[in-house]
Amino acid sequence: MRIGGSLVFDLHQSWRGLRINTMCNALSKAQERESFKSDEEGFMDRFALTQAERALVRARDFTGLLEAGGNIYFLIKLGAVTGQGLYRMGARMRGETYEEFLATRNVPQSV
Amino acid sequence: MARIVAGIGTSHVPSIGGAYDRGQTETPAWKPLFDAYIPVRQWLKALQPDVCIMVYNDHGADFFFDRYPTFAVGCADQYAIADEGFGTRALPAIRGDVAFSQHLCQSLVYDEFDLTICQQMAVEHGFLVPMHLCFDPTDTGWPVASVPIAVNVLQHPLPTARRCWRLGQAIRRAVDSYPADIQVAIVGTGGMSHQLTGPHFGQMQADNDQDFLDRMERDPDSLTQLTHQTLMNRFGVEGIELIMWLVMRGALSTTARKIHRHYYAPMTTGMGMITFEEHP
Repeated sequence: MRIGGSLVFDLHQSWRGLRINTMCNALSKAQERESFKSDEEGFMDRFALTQAERALVRARDFTGLLEAGGNIYFLIKLGAVTGQGLYRMGARMRGETYEEFLATRNVPQSV
Repeated sequence: MARIVAGIGTSHVPSIGGAYDRGQTETPAWKPLFDAYIPVRQWLKALQPDVCIMVYNDHGADFFFDRYPTFAVGCADQYAIADEGFGTRALPAIRGDVAFSQHLCQSLVYDEFDLTICQQMAVEHGFLVPMHLCFDPTDTGWPVASVPIAVNVLQHPLPTARRCWRLGQAIRRAVDSYPADIQVAIVGTGGMSHQLTGPHFGQMQADNDQDFLDRMERDPDSLTQLTHQTLMNRFGVEGIELIMWLVMRGALSTTARKIHRHYYAPMTTGMGMITFEEHP
């Protein structure tokens, strides 16, 4: 199901995205965040990501990761460890720069 | 006998926690939000609830999709602060009330809510932001014990709005049948409108949020009839969290009186708040 162009995270998406979300879930631990930063490819090996999934992670393609079954709340952990906070992720989903996105907000100082 | 004294609906937006931790409660961008909760904390301090039932959702801090509960209830004497992926916030651990939790779980299961009962549970922004908006921690911890109730609002199929309302009604029956003379506050958290994925990232629906607040006060039953699709169309895909406010509202009597109401929409989520007080 889509609502306003956004995929709804259902069992179909959750099953598809299980590898991606399992990897992102590990990033809730500080030690795992360090593992990811020091060896991203080795980290993806551990979670058996497919070649297509790896390419999406390397490209920080959050729209693609969502389509592949990533859940936004787990992708936020990947965003955090790669220096892309939620608002930067969202700006890319909208096809805008971060600055362009902030300019659309009621109180952009509340970041 | 135990009784419910207060019900609160509030957003639990994580950026509120960030602003709180950075000491930005007085900045122009955040002051309107934080100031609205000063009278709420004073009001709760005067009411002196012994237990706070916090209805929230985990965002991947303590639960994962390998096994995912629809309703999970804390049944422990303490709940740790979870790391969501950004480190652990410097807040006091959450004190539980294990005897009350055990009664609540038993009453709810025999009332035909098939819960996941958690004797170990770590809580995150969905719980913590409402906690520090409603209560001031001291050196010795929080002024109330808590019972976390986590609701699945991430992985569809979700519980229906009506099911959430009925859970609230069952919580009221559980409180009413608890023999100890304690006072209970219940908080329904989440929302309001927000859309965190896709081309409409950041879209808010302030008119729909205000209508939700109106209905919470005057006609909550009308909200229980809304489908998930209707709710997501009105409030965004992630705005579906608002069904958790209905657990709180379902736990209140028909004579509960509205005390506070506030709305602020600075960034990507409508931040709403409404409170109710029960008459003794």
